[in-house]
Amino acid sequence: MAGLLYIVAFVAGVAGAGLGVAGVLDATWSLRVEAAIPLGGLELTMDPLAGLFLALVGVSTAAASLCAIGSRDPAHDDAGAYLAFVAALGAVPLAANAMTFLIAWEIMSVASWMLVLDRRDDAETRRAAWVYAVMTHAGLACLLAGMLLLQVHTGSVRFADWSAAAPALPASVRGVAGLLLALGFAGKAGVIPLHVWLPLAHPAAPSHVSALMSGVMIKLGVYGLIRVGFEWLGPAPAAWGVVILLAGAVSALVGILDALVDHDLKRLLAFSSIENVGIILIGVGGAMLFRQAGLEALALLALVAALYHVVNHAMFKSLLFLGAGAVVHGVGTRNMEAMGGLIKRMPWTAGGFLLGCMAIAGLPPLNGFVSEWLTFQALLQNVRIEEPSLNLVFVLAIAALALTAGLGAACFVKAFGITFLALPRSEAAAHAHEAGLATRVGMVGLAVICVLLGLGPTVVVPVLGAVAGPVVGAAAPETWGDLATLSVSESFARLSTLAIAATLVLGLALPFVALVLAGVSRRRRLYETWGCGRMLQTARMEYTATAFADPFKRVFRFFYRPVKRLELDVHPASRLFVQRIAYTNPAASIFEDWLYRPVLTALRSLITLVQHLQSGSATAYLTYIFAALLVLLALR
Amino acid sequence: MIDVVLAVLQVLVVAAGAPLLVGALRTLKARLVGRRGPRVLQPYANLVKLLRKEVVVSTTTSWIFRVTPYVLFATMVVAALIVPLVLARPVLDFAGLVLLMYLFVLGTFFLALAGLDAGSAFGGMGSSREVAVAALAEPTIMVAILALALRAGTTNLGGIVERFTHEPLLAANPGHLLAFSALFIVMLAETGRLPVDNPATHLELTMIHEAMVLEYSGHYLALVEWASAMKLFLFMTLLANLFLPWGMPVTAAPGTIVLGLLVLAGKLAVLTVGLAVVETTVAKLRLFRVPELLAGSFALALLSVLSVFLLR
Repeated sequence: MAGLLYIVAFVAGVAGAGLGVAGVLDATWSLRVEAAIPLGGLELTMDPLAGLFLALVGVSTAAASLCAIGSRDPAHDDAGAYLAFVAALGAVPLAANAMTFLIAWEIMSVASWMLVLDRRDDAETRRAAWVYAVMTHAGLACLLAGMLLLQVHTGSVRFADWSAAAPALPASVRGVAGLLLALGFAGKAGVIPLHVWLPLAHPAAPSHVSALMSGVMIKLGVYGLIRVGFEWLGPAPAAWGVVILLAGAVSALVGILDALVDHDLKRLLAFSSIENVGIILIGVGGAMLFRQAGLEALALLALVAALYHVVNHAMFKSLLFLGAGAVVHGVGTRNMEAMGGLIKRMPWTAGGFLLGCMAIAGLPPLNGFVSEWLTFQALLQNVRIEEPSLNLVFVLAIAALALTAGLGAACFVKAFGITFLALPRSEAAAHAHEAGLATRVGMVGLAVICVLLGLGPTVVVPVLGAVAGPVVGAAAPETWGDLATLSVSESFARLSTLAIAATLVLGLALPFVALVLAGVSRRRRLYETWGCGRMLQTARMEYTATAFADPFKRVFRFFYRPVKRLELDVHPASRLFVQRIAYTNPAASIFEDWLYRPVLTALRSLITLVQHLQSGSATAYLTYIFAALLVLLALR
Repeated sequence: MIDVVLAVLQVLVVAAGAPLLVGALRTLKARLVGRRGPRVLQPYANLVKLLRKEVVVSTTTSWIFRVTPYVLFATMVVAALIVPLVLARPVLDFAGLVLLMYLFVLGTFFLALAGLDAGSAFGGMGSSREVAVAALAEPTIMVAILALALRAGTTNLGGIVERFTHEPLLAANPGHLLAFSALFIVMLAETGRLPVDNPATHLELTMIHEAMVLEYSGHYLALVEWASAMKLFLFMTLLANLFLPWGMPVTAAPGTIVLGLLVLAGKLAVLTVGLAVVETTVAKLRLFRVPELLAGSFALALLSVLSVFLLR
């Protein structure tokens, strides 16, 4: 029965992908059923931007459903919630009025919350689900307030009417509505400092759900930010662009720094999702600033870069989560320190995961490289905005993005190297088993898409240009180059990933053939790793994930504020005889300590004060009612 | 046709010139501290010797360990076609600085994985340190690229060099010099030179690059060392041609190619002497002082960019 539901989800995903691609290619339509829901009725509209996000939802859903079929655990199976989640994911980008949107948004949140609560007997999972529920509903409250405000001032719940009325709105209404909507969407996107739910909730969910949450759900937050910043409220003022750009830069850096030192494989991926949302927002913020400065062509380029990264991240993050799911299934733990050597036990998963790591680290000629390259090319042209203070913001964003790229490469060296290479660090890892056929098919499909997106920017970029064009109000440039070479801003920069791939293959073959021709002996002797003369190599001599991340912990100690707790249990006779050593380095989060804890403490003391009103005695309540009546009468 | 000839020529120049550069550098450094040092051609002899030797591969390793030397070499071949070498316009003329930097990351990525693959503590230590240094150098590289792009109006390498050959005075302003210093420091870090890493030592606790490749032997080691030499050669060429672009021929013809090679040799000789002097006059930094050096280089690059914004 449940298996059937996953097959339905797979088919729906494929259909959604097809519908979305058709929408991207400008097959727009709209659907309105007045009676379905109150306050404006059910209203769906397909436009290229909605089509793009629907296509992403579709492809990720198809792959995730395949994996769900492959690695189903009947004890924890919530196929109904999964189906509702997937349907809501698809409905959000299509929604054309506030009520439709909010209902789809809430179903998406609640269904994913149920999926996060997968293993409800586990206290950590319950806490994750609780934090997620609170954060997502705080976000919903912001969205609701913002949308109601717009409804009051424009007299309509339809998004198209908001766009038309936006220029006439008073600046204060635009500002407040913009802030509320941005907070709601940024919370869902996992922007720092509204991200606290993300590293808890994503790892707790089953892996195929994590793939969808990280791959597409948080992208819908980005989708909302794009709609708010470019359409619903008209062109955003420069200050919003600066805020989004800086929020993106901070999210990218903080996300990857947290990912670097985290040794829970799925939480590492969740932190890296925060990083990638940051990279996307750097592009979106850049597009806002360029548009405000009247440079529509550059705004188009920046938004295309952002959308390209949206597509790429949906693909490689889904791939990585499915790979991580296979690893967790095969080893039985998420702790990287208990893994190692899996490349021999799980060759397919290792191959897929490696490709995902290379793509997310931005290595040429894969897809992550293309979108980061495009983002850099857009940012590097900031000099055309003649405003030194804005230029400085751009320079900082460039530096942050570059550091993020470097740290990202380091992080995914760790993620792949510690998990899959060297000797197994635990008994479970030594006997891990390869993922099932359906999961492997899902991973291979996503890997192929990653490669194609890397090799074919000359096809993808014009399509994304057509999607982004109406959003930023720019005509598509005359040319994006020819089929082999992508050209950006006329001759500012060009790229041909096809040529790079071809030369890389030639470069791989060159030494190989040359060595054979030169008659170099290809004799190989197998021997154990050199170990300074010790007798036996064991996994305890390997570098661990903690050790790998240690240089970063020291360099960025102002951020990590590392704590080391060393407990020595010594023999009573002499402290030289150590009986037991316990070493822990608990992680602390700046945001939880400095932002959330003070707020929560204040909230709690406020609640304690208010508590005195709730005495539980009926006479007291009657007195309150009487007092309220008197006040109302007096006010009248 | 001419493109194919040029492509072969560029790869040959880089592959054949790299060991010579390393040999010259070692000899110079030895002379500067009063030793006789090895002969200039010694790196060639080392490569030949390594190619003849049998390979010992750890039983712990996987295919990652065996393909990495080839991947590393391939990235250097692509880089050799991207960097303007003898002519202002490189063979892959679309390529820009951003691509070049990401290509180097590709090589580092695989080398770091190979370091972890054998399961020895030294390899992991080297990998961890190498990626840390590479990551911290990234912001400087990008901001220095911005400084160059601002003056040249493009990030395309051929475009930048052509622009500076046509307007030599552009390359002679103080902001440009700041960007040069920034990238010079990055080169020291990226190619594992003093004061970041000491290429001559095999002391386990201080080494970075050497620790990472400790498990390699035979023709694998030859490829890795060759690729490292090529990286140094390419970085020096890049610095020479971006910041001292004078005398580079623009059109391809037998005469101009010979001229271009001579000009390149001259510039590299100057830079090699400079590098040798720097390396013999500084002491190796403790690993955790390296970020300060890289932060300094970042400040230089930032100043270079700001000078453009403020002086326009």
